[in-house]
Amino acid sequence: MAEIKVEAVAKSFGTFAAVKGVTFTVDHGSFFVILGPSGCGKTTTLRMIAGLELPTSGRILLDGADVTALPASARDIAFVFQLFALYPHMNVRQNIGFPLRCQNYPRAEIKQSVAEAARLLRIDHLLERRVGGLSGGDRQRVALGRAIVRRPKAFLMDEPLGALDSEFRRLMCGELRELHDRIDATTVYITHDQLEAMAMADGIAVMNQGRVEQIGTPQEIYDRPRTMFVADFIGAPPMNFLGVQASLQRGDRSIKIDGVRIEMPELFEDRAEGRFAVGVRPENVSFADASPLRGRVIGAEYLGTTQIVTVITASGRVKARLPSNKAVEVGETVGLALRSDRLSLFDAMSGQALHSSLYEGGTRG
Amino acid sequence: MAEVALVDVSKSYGAVEAVRGLSLSIADGEFLVLLGPTGAGKTTTLRLIAGLERPDRGNVLIQGRVVTDQVPAERDVAFVFQQYSLYPHLTVYDNLAFPLRSPARRMNEKAVHRRVQQVSELLHIEQKLGNRATALSGGEMQRVAIGRALVREPSVYLMDEPLSSLDAKLRAELRLELKRIQRELGTTILYVTHDQIEAMTMADRIGVMNDGVLIQLGTPREIYERPDSAYVASRLGTPAINLIPAELLGCDTMPPQARTVGLRTEHIRISSADRPGPLARVHWVEHLGDQNHVHLKLADHSLVTLADPVQQLKAGDQVSLEFAEPLYFDQAGNRIGADGFRGHV
Repeated sequence: MAEIKVEAVAKSFGTFAAVKGVTFTVDHGSFFVILGPSGCGKTTTLRMIAGLELPTSGRILLDGADVTALPASARDIAFVFQLFALYPHMNVRQNIGFPLRCQNYPRAEIKQSVAEAARLLRIDHLLERRVGGLSGGDRQRVALGRAIVRRPKAFLMDEPLGALDSEFRRLMCGELRELHDRIDATTVYITHDQLEAMAMADGIAVMNQGRVEQIGTPQEIYDRPRTMFVADFIGAPPMNFLGVQASLQRGDRSIKIDGVRIEMPELFEDRAEGRFAVGVRPENVSFADASPLRGRVIGAEYLGTTQIVTVITASGRVKARLPSNKAVEVGETVGLALRSDRLSLFDAMSGQALHSSLYEGGTRG
Repeated sequence: MAEVALVDVSKSYGAVEAVRGLSLSIADGEFLVLLGPTGAGKTTTLRLIAGLERPDRGNVLIQGRVVTDQVPAERDVAFVFQQYSLYPHLTVYDNLAFPLRSPARRMNEKAVHRRVQQVSELLHIEQKLGNRATALSGGEMQRVAIGRALVREPSVYLMDEPLSSLDAKLRAELRLELKRIQRELGTTILYVTHDQIEAMTMADRIGVMNDGVLIQLGTPREIYERPDSAYVASRLGTPAINLIPAELLGCDTMPPQARTVGLRTEHIRISSADRPGPLARVHWVEHLGDQNHVHLKLADHSLVTLADPVQQLKAGDQVSLEFAEPLYFDQAGNRIGADGFRGHV
């Protein structure tokens, strides 16, 4: 177990600033996910924690000790890469034991550690097999085995499931989280897949263009996104935004969308006339015949359990998640009801969420 | 008439039978998706149609002509691969124009220009035509790769997981775009994926494959609502269908040969423990943003269902379960009441 502190860390490659001052703490035993699109700086951040890159500025602390300038080999950290590099000429046992053999551990100890790692990953029956003939999932388990066999203080994982089937990925998500709990590890995991992040993380940092946009629990980030970027990046389909022009006052409990007054959580800020966006998740939109907020259905995507219906309104496109047995016809005009206690309001220029009673309950990120 | 037909096609690699006795026909203008896990034989099927592999047995027909012995260039197909392969030194325009300028086609530059313009508008990359291929984002690159297939007008497009290397957001966008383009152009697409969402949202019909065999073919709704087997039922739906040993549910209306009962999450209702119905215990509640999954224990058996956000459930709670629209499967895993295996058309 370890606590990892990243303090105001920045990294530039020539004139390109990959990471622009990132700060977060990963607690002992926590499963922490850095989530963001490609190019957001998440891999660079992870590589700095690992000691594979030197920060341009800022500090990295491992259990309180400054390790910023230490090489990777001097940090007690294991790195699992996206593309599992196994030694094809070795069997599973030799692959898992490799890190220990390099450090000249006694044979008996290697044997025991390998057996323990294989048992944890449920690949004990494969120990004598060549890695060439293994399925993708088993290869990934062997790669994980090689990472856990040393029992390092922390695991850093760079999209370790990126190359797998979606089906299999879900299974491995569960396995990884279970493994993390069983060996009492501290894990930093990076991915662009929000479902992986939501399913596994204790805490998520959402990154964009070298900066952290928000840090919080999965539910916090989902329910109370601090920025339009976060609201849009998380959720499939993402949050809907309805454009409004308004001036706002502290204590407001409603806003006009397309001339229709809609209730919302109590606002805690005054704002001069400007462009704002009302944010609503697809599952908080329903059809209500009597609602004056009207739109035209332009498409329905059948997903089995639910369907996603896209409606064009005067204020923008809205996607609603509805039960799949609800009959919907393309072209029909419908009334929309928005779940009022779940609405976010954003400054359309800065993308920042306005402070309201919805955001009051959560932690400030 | 079917654009593409496979008639009892088999293909082995050494001892591995990648495709076994596959018959399938894709109608003109149809978007057909082959869905299955890695190793199901989906990609081999595409490669057999493209002419990149030769079947051991059976025939491949394109527009009614037997093409089994033709080389890829003689078949009227376009292939889009999982990894986009663009010419990095060329602009987007020249990448798109490349297939049209091949000596085999000899299209004049004016016609090439018209076609490139048309396709780039369709894919919303008309602003990027002057860019080098390397100066594009991943999503744009994959659109150019798809565009390079679209500039030609083949009988059929063969797509091998073209969206799987993209991130979730782009994947969702391109899913919609691909479907829109296919509708607008009326093209015939055979698309291979392991992603059930792609299959459900884009396909006119889905062919579910496993171990080299096509096990069911039907519209997304048919496959979801009337799966022929427990295996097919488990391929579609998130969270996956609950497959419960019949004796745990014990009710009178169950067919006598039922061994497993399939219950989709939307067909399970949780109510307080004093209501009739089998009793279960809440194991844990998983918050996934848009959905809350409730993990239940019914005796030793695990169940997953969706939680109503107004229902305050916590680990350890005793609850009563109500079911609707159960699917019954026999000893072999076949659905009781399924009208045979429609897969073998």
